[in-house]
Amino acid sequence: MTSRILTTPLEPWAALADFERQRFAGSAAHGASAVFVGTMRDLNEGDEVHGMILEHYPGMTDGYLERLREEAAKRWELLETLVLHRVGELNPGDPIVLVAVWSAHRTAAFDACRWIMEELKSRAPFWKRETLAQGSRWVEHNTPG
Amino acid sequence: MSISVRYFARLREQLGRSGDELDAEGIRTPADAWARANGGDTLPANTLVAVNQDYASLDSTVRDGDEIAFFPPVTGG
Repeated sequence: MTSRILTTPLEPWAALADFERQRFAGSAAHGASAVFVGTMRDLNEGDEVHGMILEHYPGMTDGYLERLREEAAKRWELLETLVLHRVGELNPGDPIVLVAVWSAHRTAAFDACRWIMEELKSRAPFWKRETLAQGSRWVEHNTPG
Repeated sequence: MSISVRYFARLREQLGRSGDELDAEGIRTPADAWARANGGDTLPANTLVAVNQDYASLDSTVRDGDEIAFFPPVTGG
C-alpha cells in the first residue's frame, strides 16, 4: 500500500510495472486490477491551456492520501493500492494522477478505484493554476465525473 | 508558543502572503485566528479550514502550537 506526491514526471505504466513486480512476485492472488490515470488536458472551459502549476499543502496531502487508502481497505477486500499524484509544473498530456487497486475480484477493484479517485478530487488539498495564451487563472472547481 | 496560520492558492495570492504567526493568547477557534490576522476582511465564501492538517470548521477548538490553514475549494486529480 503506497501513496506518494511526485515533483518529477509521473510515468504511470512504468510505475505500475515496477509496483507489480515488487508486490506480487511469486503470487497470483490478484485476480483483478483496476487502474485510473488522469492526464492534463489542453482545453478547459473552452480555452486552450498551455501549462499548469499544481500547488498542494505539503503534509496534509500525504496524510489525506494515506487516510483514503486506509479507508478503502476497510470498505473493500483489497490486496494492494497505489496512489501517485504530481505537483509542480505540468504540460498538456502529462499524467497528473494514478490510482491503482488490486483485489481478488473485479467489483472491489473497480469500486475502490472509483471511490479513491472521487474522494481525492473532492477533498485532497491540491489546487490547479492554468496558463492560457494570455495570463493564467486558478481552476475554480473540478469538472463533474 | 504561537499559532501558525497558512494560506494556499488563490487565497494566498489575494492576501499577498503565505501565512502568519499569531500570539495564541485569546485565540480559541480558526475564526478568532482569521479575525486577528486579517482584521475586518471577510473570509471569502467557500473557504475551507484545516487544523493540524485535518479538515475542521471555523468554530473548532484550537490550542497553542496548532497549525490552522485556510484555502479555496480543492481542484486536484
